Amino acid sequence: MKSKNFERIVHGIFLILGLVTVGCVLLITVYLIISGIPAIKQIGLTNFLFGKVWESTSSNPQYGILPFIMTSIYGTAGAILIGVPVGFMTSVYLAKVAPKKVKAVVESAVKLLAGIPSVVYGLVGMLVLVPAIKNIFNLPDGSSLFAAIFVLAIMILPSIISVSMTALEAVPKEYEDASLALGATPIETYFKVSVRAAKSGIAAAVVLGVGRAIGEAMAVMMVAGNVANMPKLFGSVRFLTTAVASEMSYSSGLQKQALFSIALVLFLFIMLINATLNFFLKREKER
Amino acid sequence: MDNATNVTMVKQSISTKVNTTKNSRKIYISLMKFFMALCVVITCAVTLFIIGYVFVKGLPNISWELLSTSPSYLSGKIGILPDIANTLYLLIATILIVLPLGVGAAVYLTEYAQNKKLVGIIEYAAETLSGIPSIIYGLVGMLIFSKSLGTSLMAGALTLVIMNLPTIMRTTQESLKTVPNGYREGAFGLGAGKWRVIRTVVLPNCIDGVITGCILSVGRILGESAALLFTAGFAHTLNGFFSGLSSSGSSLTVALYVYAKEQGEFEVAFAIATILMILTMLINLSATLVGKYFERKRSI
Repeated sequence: MKSKNFERIVHGIFLILGLVTVGCVLLITVYLIISGIPAIKQIGLTNFLFGKVWESTSSNPQYGILPFIMTSIYGTAGAILIGVPVGFMTSVYLAKVAPKKVKAVVESAVKLLAGIPSVVYGLVGMLVLVPAIKNIFNLPDGSSLFAAIFVLAIMILPSIISVSMTALEAVPKEYEDASLALGATPIETYFKVSVRAAKSGIAAAVVLGVGRAIGEAMAVMMVAGNVANMPKLFGSVRFLTTAVASEMSYSSGLQKQALFSIALVLFLFIMLINATLNFFLKREKER
Repeated sequence: MDNATNVTMVKQSISTKVNTTKNSRKIYISLMKFFMALCVVITCAVTLFIIGYVFVKGLPNISWELLSTSPSYLSGKIGILPDIANTLYLLIATILIVLPLGVGAAVYLTEYAQNKKLVGIIEYAAETLSGIPSIIYGLVGMLIFSKSLGTSLMAGALTLVIMNLPTIMRTTQESLKTVPNGYREGAFGLGAGKWRVIRTVVLPNCIDGVITGCILSVGRILGESAALLFTAGFAHTLNGFFSGLSSSGSSLTVALYVYAKEQGEFEVAFAIATILMILTMLINLSATLVGKYFERKRSI
């Protein structure tokens, strides 16, 4: 009887440990909603989401976050536009074409790229990319959306490569054999058969890249200039993430609450992306 | 029109069609080959450039003095010993807390849970956690932990615990799944209780997943900055372990950010970047080696 009670207690402890994750998600969601809603209520939802001017420190403060939302969308789209083709082609090469040794070397390079801390990306971007953009395009300052797009494109490469590689490698060999037997060359087979068969996995890779790009803060903060403009390719811009980070240390009152509201908007974006990602991953698993 | 010319015309049109498709196929194939090669070269070149650039700029700036002193306003010299110590404290505290939580959750999911819905909810929660950007963790950590504990390494460590929970959970779960059911049944057959089976049979066999998870988490903790900025703060004072945990301190990454962005001390920033790169390489290497070691052990 005693040992039965003991087992029950152990079971309970493990149940609690299992529920910690759920608790954390609830805690984060509840805290963000509770601290994000008051400012939105005070500013007004349309003024907040669609206001084009963010002047949190002026005597007549305005809290419109459309510049941040648009910048985050443009920046992410740009990073995807550059990062996805490069990552996709690399993953097809690694998964299908590359000799074993080449594959091992490139794969470890990709892993290294994934492990580099974002501040290091920011540092290199700040001292290489930003001056280069300044000189090439003859600008007063190279800190711009353009620089951020490049840094983000490089940062999302490893996730895109590794996820689409896994999907491509899981394509049944019979599909490829059938295509080869019908007279298609290997390259045609990879791009027209394997890629099509792995499409939900590749879609998941793209969505994962979107999530990474939209959530990145530090690297972007170091290269994007941080002025609350509507997005301009060669202008200084502020992302949703950097909007939260750049004013947090000195803000108070409504300004601080507005920053929490920005975080809530970012969180909603991320939840949407996560749901999309799960949809594609599920389809990939079912295949 | 006579039949012969008709036939030759048809033949010609077919052969030109075949030729054009043949040509377009050839062009397609060489184009794809070219783009693949180009993209692989871009990926490798970018990686090599970043590594090379950081090392060239940073290695000459690493000196014993930099590594072994605290920054001093009197002499105007910068030392990163406190940042190294803080990073170490963060690592120790985070891993110590996250390990039991993550392993426990994984054990619950694979050994105890019978309710499929509950398993689904827990796994979905873990996936959600791993998708949340670190700046949001930083913000929530500031709201929850820094408010009760003050801006301190402990608040930072607790934030990192939530971030790394899914990693440890997933790797442990993967390796728990590979423990043969016969082991469990054998132990049950000998009359062992559930807890005893888990303690003596299941847990020792999932050590590889736990270690892999730890290595991944260490990498993530070392590279994290956005979540620490508002939870652990920026201070550069050298403390012992316990006084360090209760006071504000910057990790290596946060120190890099502050030196580069706010103080313009690029030499120090590159020295820290080099150290971080070396650590990243070591972590990747050890992850590969550990993976290979356990693979060999398992196949024996």
